[in-house]
Amino acid sequence: MSGVSFQNVQKSFGPVSVLRDVSLDIADGEFLTLLGPSGCGKSTLLRILAGLEAQDSGSVSIGGRGVDGVRPKRRDIAMVFQSYALYPHMTVAQNMALPLRMRRLSPWQRLPVFGRLLPGTKRAGGEIAAEVERTAKALGIGHLLERKPGQLSGGQRQRVAVGRAMVRHPAVFLMDEPLSNLDAKLRVQMRTEIKELHKRLGVTFIYVTHDQAEAMTLSDRVAVMLDGELLQVAPPQEIYADPSERRVAEFIGSPKINMLDGVVRERGLIDVAGSTLAVDIDRDQGAEVTLGIRPEAFHVADRSGPGALTGAVRFVEHMGSDLFVHLDMPGVAEPVIARLLAERAPQISAGQTLHLGVRPNRALAFTREGARIRPRVQWTPAAGATVTHLREYVQ
Amino acid sequence: MSATAAPLRNVERARPAASPARTLKLAEALAGYMLAGPAFLLLIVLFILPVFAVFVIAATDWQFGARSLDFVGLANFREIFGDEGFRISLMNTIVYVLIVVPGTVILGLAIALLIESGRSWRAFYRAVHFLPYMATLAAMAIAWEALLHPTIGLLNQTLAALGLPTANWLRDENTVLPVLAAIGIWQNLGFAMVLFLAGLKSIPQDLYDAADIDGADLWLDRLVNVTLPMLGPVTMFVVIVVALKAFESFDTVQILTQGGPGHASEVLLYTLYRESFEYLRTGYGASVTVVFLVIVVALTLIQARIMDRRVHYQ
Amino acid sequence: MSAGHRLAPPAAIARHTLLLLTGALVMVPFVWMVSLSLKPPGEIFRTSFSLLPEEWHAIENYTKALTEVPLPRYMLNGVIISAAILVLQILVCAPAAYALAKLDFRGRDALFGLVLIGLLIPHQVLALPLFILGYNLDILNTYAALIFPFVVSPFGIFLFRQFFKSIPDDVVHAARLDGLSELAIVWKIMVPMAMPAVIAFSIFSVVSHWNDLFWPLIAVRSESLMPPPLGIMAFKNEEAGNDYGPLMAASTLVVLPLIVVFLAAQKWFVEGLGKGSVK
Repeated sequence: MSGVSFQNVQKSFGPVSVLRDVSLDIADGEFLTLLGPSGCGKSTLLRILAGLEAQDSGSVSIGGRGVDGVRPKRRDIAMVFQSYALYPHMTVAQNMALPLRMRRLSPWQRLPVFGRLLPGTKRAGGEIAAEVERTAKALGIGHLLERKPGQLSGGQRQRVAVGRAMVRHPAVFLMDEPLSNLDAKLRVQMRTEIKELHKRLGVTFIYVTHDQAEAMTLSDRVAVMLDGELLQVAPPQEIYADPSERRVAEFIGSPKINMLDGVVRERGLIDVAGSTLAVDIDRDQGAEVTLGIRPEAFHVADRSGPGALTGAVRFVEHMGSDLFVHLDMPGVAEPVIARLLAERAPQISAGQTLHLGVRPNRALAFTREGARIRPRVQWTPAAGATVTHLREYVQ
Repeated sequence: MSATAAPLRNVERARPAASPARTLKLAEALAGYMLAGPAFLLLIVLFILPVFAVFVIAATDWQFGARSLDFVGLANFREIFGDEGFRISLMNTIVYVLIVVPGTVILGLAIALLIESGRSWRAFYRAVHFLPYMATLAAMAIAWEALLHPTIGLLNQTLAALGLPTANWLRDENTVLPVLAAIGIWQNLGFAMVLFLAGLKSIPQDLYDAADIDGADLWLDRLVNVTLPMLGPVTMFVVIVVALKAFESFDTVQILTQGGPGHASEVLLYTLYRESFEYLRTGYGASVTVVFLVIVVALTLIQARIMDRRVHYQ
Repeated sequence: MSAGHRLAPPAAIARHTLLLLTGALVMVPFVWMVSLSLKPPGEIFRTSFSLLPEEWHAIENYTKALTEVPLPRYMLNGVIISAAILVLQILVCAPAAYALAKLDFRGRDALFGLVLIGLLIPHQVLALPLFILGYNLDILNTYAALIFPFVVSPFGIFLFRQFFKSIPDDVVHAARLDGLSELAIVWKIMVPMAMPAVIAFSIFSVVSHWNDLFWPLIAVRSESLMPPPLGIMAFKNEEAGNDYGPLMAASTLVVLPLIVVFLAAQKWFVEGLGKGSVK
């Protein structure tokens, strides 16, 4: 079958190390997203898998077969590029036919004028045209076959690029930020189409993006990358609710997670921002920790005291159904942001003092160095109380 | 072109009667005339009026220095197209262009492709091949003459050493034009190369990546499917520009052959020079100038069309 | 283009072989010229080939080239003419380009139309009427005749205008608020900001006029005014092809300055002469 496996892949460009010892196994038929900010090495990893770039060390296999040194053509992969990389001088039909022509026609048959005279060229050409048409129809671009890319809209070009990748039934689909050149509305629509395409084809998809929303909505698993390292590979809910370290927690979610430095008062209780919160971690008294609390993990509490944080409201952003409340808290340098449901917190205004409770199990503990301190009761999808709202929160 | 001063114009439109806007506008116009005035006058005196003058003179039988002249209408044009010498000159020019253009374009493209196909020594190769384009052609023509010298020239010495037939290249009417064309190619191929190198650089790397994945990873497939089609517009442009340069070639003829032997290497610009400034047949020379101008303008207009359409792949 | 394709050794060797070969062929005239300029007449007229002379005659040849004809004078003329043309061109073209790019006045479009027409016209077409004009003004056979026809360059106006247009209007507005006159804006703001265009244009202009043979051939007769190409032609005609050594030495000296500058500032040259291709 066609899973993909990276073993200890390293790559540097000159003195810059772009991939440090990346190992990753991707199951056959899985939709895996490489997520990270630009320059994190995600595209390089994809290009190494495609054979466009060679790793310095480590190995890559596709479907259990080592592909190191194998040319892109022979890797049974197809790729959709960020720029689509359609050949501007060819029609849509010619663009989509090229991968088939290159595989099914001999070098002689591919020669510009002369090739047409050779036996078999015409028959093979007819078959290719038929397959191209079938694929184009399936993508709803059958009527565009005779146009050139320059005459197409962004969304149509994107479909042609997908069609060119699809037409030869590759075992693995690679997509390098395929939606980033589309406007917001079209992006959401194409996202759905890609999801459906994956379902229909059932082959392995590897998708590179810096957009959390795409990663969260599309993927079976998300691989978060930063500075050439794979930080965490897990299903979207888990990445969100149970990050493996501070950097993942900070990268995922918008507005950004609040980070508050605290000290363990006694087992299970942490002094933070002038108050005390109950966080069930296995650390002794006096240990310095950082608590990560997502804006949506707060709720309005009636009074101060243990279990609630108190702050002065700086200002309030009204977002329709939600309010983003920015607060100053004692001993916290950056303003804390709370995302509250508008109907539950109707009258909050700048200057007032607000008490905020934290939902159970939603304060994530980290060491000051950024490593995650797991709660004594392990996280499970069922335990992640509000994960059902996850998708709208990360938007 | 007219968008630059839009803010000022909007101000004026909003308050058409207000005098501050008008004063500002007047000041700006005044500055415009002051700054552009000298260039404007010089363009009229040095370009526009002379071109009109050429057309007018071409319709006269004026001989430079003569006190009187008559308007003869198109008689000069009838004369030059009936003139064996001019016809030969025009034909020579066309033959010369037809050798120089393909030679320069193909060699320039080949060298550009070779340079761009690897990464080492790029600047060195580019510099070497570009050198002839900026070296003073009048001086280099003299070096070429020594090279082509029938007895002591390197070319004949080499041919003789290889047992091949030699020739008196610049004095033989069968070889003189091709040899001049070869010098033309030698001079211009670096220029074509530079334009092609720029064209190659502007081909997105993504297209080569896509070609790799689509399986077009052999050298010839990449060339046929990506490189050459993407260079199409640049190639058309180079063809026209080199053709223009070839039509304007003069120095080698003037220094090496003076149009000889016979009329075998007489080209348009040389005829123009000789008729106008050696024989002082001003009216006739002006007519030749008009023919030359028509050819060059036609080519330039084609080039402008191509420049406009250069974006057609986008 | 080939970032992902490092050439296989045989292909790399083929590439270098071919390029070294074409490069060598391209260099042959230069090499031959220099080689002959080092040899005594006896060796030049020997029908056997060697790159370096057996008996060095370089000093004699180069001395002869510099003394027998006024070669230094030719070179000086070349410098004077090219420099004067360039300075005047920039003085005339930069303000006009600024007016076309940033000012609004009646007739601006017509003026730009004139510039475009000027771009269309090859200078050789103007030779005849300019010759007559020069004759009537009685400036033929002077520096003025060599310089005056070129003081306005449609290409220069065009190039500067393109560059000035890409400078935001706000820069101009800010300069006006700071109290600069329009002329001061041209010289203190626009031209310095457009330095790449100025350099490219300068190279294009200097190379064209240093190398020009056609117009000097028409415009001047006296030796003391000749620029290098015309001078070298006169030298050749005098020598009637008998004394190759000094002639080659003179050619070498004429070609040398541009080549030296070219090798020092390759990138600018390629860019400048490439830009010149729209002309």
